[in-house]
Amino acid sequence: MYVLSAIVILTSLGLLLGVALGIAAKYLKVESDPLIETIEALMPGSQCGQCGFPGCRPAAEALVSGAAPVTLCPPGGTSLVEQLAKLLGVDVDLSQTQDQEAMVARVSEETCTGCTRCFKVCPTDAIVGAPKQIHAVVADACIGCKKCVEVCPTECLQMHPVEVTLRNWRWPKPLAA
Amino acid sequence: MFALFENPRLRGGIHAEEHKSETSPLSIATDFPLPKKLYIPVQQHVGKPAEPVVKVGEKVLKGQLLAYSQGTISAPVHAPTSGVIADVKDFPAPHPSALPIRTVVIESDGKEQWAELIVPEDPFQLEPEEICQRVGAAGVVGLGGAVFPSAVKLSLGRKNKIHTLLINAGECEPYLTCDDRLMQERAEQIVAGIRLMLRGMDAPKALVGIEDNKPEAFAAMQAASQSFANIVVAQVPTRYPMGWDRQMLRYLTGQEIPADGRATDIGVVVHNVATAFAVYQAICLGQPLISRVVTVSGAAVAKPRNVEVPIGTLMSEVLAFCGLEKSKMARLVMGGPMMGDALPIAEVPVVKACNGILALSAADIDEPAVQPCIRCSSCVTACPVGLLPLEMASRIKANQLDSAVDLGLKDCISCGSCSYVCPSNIPLVHYFKFASGELVKRQQAEHKSEQTKRLIEDRNERMERARLEAEAEALRAQEARAARLAAAQQAQQAPAEETV
Repeated sequence: MYVLSAIVILTSLGLLLGVALGIAAKYLKVESDPLIETIEALMPGSQCGQCGFPGCRPAAEALVSGAAPVTLCPPGGTSLVEQLAKLLGVDVDLSQTQDQEAMVARVSEETCTGCTRCFKVCPTDAIVGAPKQIHAVVADACIGCKKCVEVCPTECLQMHPVEVTLRNWRWPKPLAA
Repeated sequence: MFALFENPRLRGGIHAEEHKSETSPLSIATDFPLPKKLYIPVQQHVGKPAEPVVKVGEKVLKGQLLAYSQGTISAPVHAPTSGVIADVKDFPAPHPSALPIRTVVIESDGKEQWAELIVPEDPFQLEPEEICQRVGAAGVVGLGGAVFPSAVKLSLGRKNKIHTLLINAGECEPYLTCDDRLMQERAEQIVAGIRLMLRGMDAPKALVGIEDNKPEAFAAMQAASQSFANIVVAQVPTRYPMGWDRQMLRYLTGQEIPADGRATDIGVVVHNVATAFAVYQAICLGQPLISRVVTVSGAAVAKPRNVEVPIGTLMSEVLAFCGLEKSKMARLVMGGPMMGDALPIAEVPVVKACNGILALSAADIDEPAVQPCIRCSSCVTACPVGLLPLEMASRIKANQLDSAVDLGLKDCISCGSCSYVCPSNIPLVHYFKFASGELVKRQQAEHKSEQTKRLIEDRNERMERARLEAEAEALRAQEARAARLAAAQQAQQAPAEETV
């Protein structure tokens, strides 16, 4: 008999608390700043951590609270700085910011052992390959996060600047007077 | 004061030293020796590159298809002479970067043996669709410099109820006289081309605009078009950039194309005069676009002249034909001095877009030091679009591209009038070209970042699915093990019972 009452009491308690928590979650929801969402959407989203924050969302939160400068994101480049400055209403001297040279990973075919470690860590599935087969990087999908370079046991993965072709060649900025 | 009201139909512009008299009195040289090797890039037009259909070692005839057009906005390329395909490889393009482009190399056999040409009995009885189709198959593209596939423009004209075909014979760039000579020598053929274009577009009338510094060409065109009431030849003032389609249209018709629109929006299609000649060749002679008239001029050229050269000829060979003095050449330019591109090397092929090869001397290009902007606003007066070049440049200098776009950066036509008049020698157009490229780069980066997000999400989803599957698998394995264990136990018990 004791067993039965214990089961009934604990079950009803569980149900009650569950419903209470459900209602609380709906009505007492903590609204997050929509600005954070907007900024997070603007950021590259690769969670690379180059800004010193654990990911793009924490970085966006720091930006909104004013703890981080708008120039924090190296992969975002000048374009992101300009958009952030506009959103947050900050003045920023854009003439000093410089875009990073775009880099992509490339597999050196002589030293690749086909160990598969690199494509397991690639966040964008930019590396293709199979065990004991030479791997290859799909340059269009590579975001230059260098995660594969770190795990490669033979150092056959190296970062190279994006190859300049007629399609992506652009006029350089004129030298200032 | 009355100067203000003199020409309300013209805005901005400049009048640079013409340098046309060196080449305009001389007839087009047609005795250019056939080069041993021709280099034909598969992309000489706006749109998708053509796809080669020939193999290395294959024998080709003059006019034979080398690469077919890909998709709606593209154009084929043809063999400029008969010979053997020596290679299909990457070769420096006639571009300021001289980066490589896919190129078909032909070793000529010197026989100039034509492929079979299809010539209609009466070209002017062809159906409009047929004309467009033939023009497209002949690889005709806009020869004024924009190299947009002409057939696409003709079909577009047919769909959009065009009332006027504007033939742009402004040739406002200094030095260049290839269109001028073409009109003087081949006016009849050009007029035939215009009539074919009219038929191809179902348009009622054509208007030819010629700058008034080409009176002979004007007279020749007028004489050739006399018997056709629907072709009107008009003179326009000599003022760069008169050859900008919007400027010429505004002058001749008083109509203005909306900033974000096209000429077709107001019922006009604009074609270059050399394109009309290419259309004549394509339909009446059945010949694809495999040669063009190029102005070779500049102070470093001993015998400046207009030369008809096969597409794919190396510029160095054309320059040598006109007596280049190498030591005097300080800069090589493809096109006109205002909008042309400086090329780092002369070993690049002549392409469909190439209307001029200029070997300029140091005195021609005199580059004084850049000085700070004094806000004299000469550039504002010179801008034919009505922009504020000085403001735009200062924003771009400070990397504020968005604000430059707000000032109308995207409407800039890179005509170079502002840079030409600037007393401080600020490279204004260079700033605008840089900024336009940067905007494209940003757009691409944004696109990539969207794609990256999608890839990351896809991967995360897949990993989650794999994790769940692995869990389910582990659960199943556990159950199976338990079942096996139970079965084994049962089996153990059963024989035990039996023995009892």
